[in-house]
Amino acid sequence: MGQGFFLLFAAGAVITALTVVLARNPVHSALALMACFLQISAIFVLLEAPLLAVVQIFVYVGAIMVLFLFVIMMIDVREAMLQRFLPGRNLPALVLLLLLGVEMLALVFWSGRFSAAEPIAPRGGDQVRQLSTTLFADYLLPFEVASIILLAALVGAIVLARKESG
Amino acid sequence: MEIGISHYLTVSAILFTLGVFGIFLNRKNVIVILMSVELILLAVNINMVAFSSFLNDITGQVFALFILTVAAAEAAIGLAILVVFYRNRGSIAVEDVNMMKG
Repeated sequence: MGQGFFLLFAAGAVITALTVVLARNPVHSALALMACFLQISAIFVLLEAPLLAVVQIFVYVGAIMVLFLFVIMMIDVREAMLQRFLPGRNLPALVLLLLLGVEMLALVFWSGRFSAAEPIAPRGGDQVRQLSTTLFADYLLPFEVASIILLAALVGAIVLARKESG
Repeated sequence: MEIGISHYLTVSAILFTLGVFGIFLNRKNVIVILMSVELILLAVNINMVAFSSFLNDITGQVFALFILTVAAAEAAIGLAILVVFYRNRGSIAVEDVNMMKG
């Protein structure tokens, strides 16, 4: 049953990611990205990381995508919608990109290190407590640095986007 | 077919390639480039959580939380710069971003 769910969510994630890249309207891209985040949260649940799935939905779908949609509404993107593809000139980039994708897939599939399909080790149900202990005891300094990064981003965004009042 | 770690890594690799593809393909719209960057960070997060789950080590999830934080800060700053740029230039096309060219 787990593999059916995995295939469903993985196919949904890839299809919505393609929609993000290929959609002509940025609003459609933003909504497809939201759907992609939901699929990936479901994959996180399959990977037995339920706290991270919920945080992902809160942060990405609840905050970041609403911010994106607000900015798309503030900026007039109707004229920017068309003519997104330059006719030529990006063929080398596409070839390089195809090489990158083939290389990553070949590394994943031909390396013997990842081929062992051992099932996920059953963990105790106390995973959130374990995660928070690791976060607040072993990684306290990176946690504080992350909070300072968030504060700096907040102040910087406000200062950047403020109208100059003379 | 047992779902192993290679399947999760495959999904992550495909999402990463799609993100880079979006950056290369897109010449007209900075917003979609920011969304592609979010897609790339999401692929990295899938890798982190997959290794954390299969190696039974909780540290991967801690670092996934940090990546989430940095992605949120990056989106906020990027969108603020985008708003200022649109206010100054009246367009968000990537080809117009050459003010700092030497």
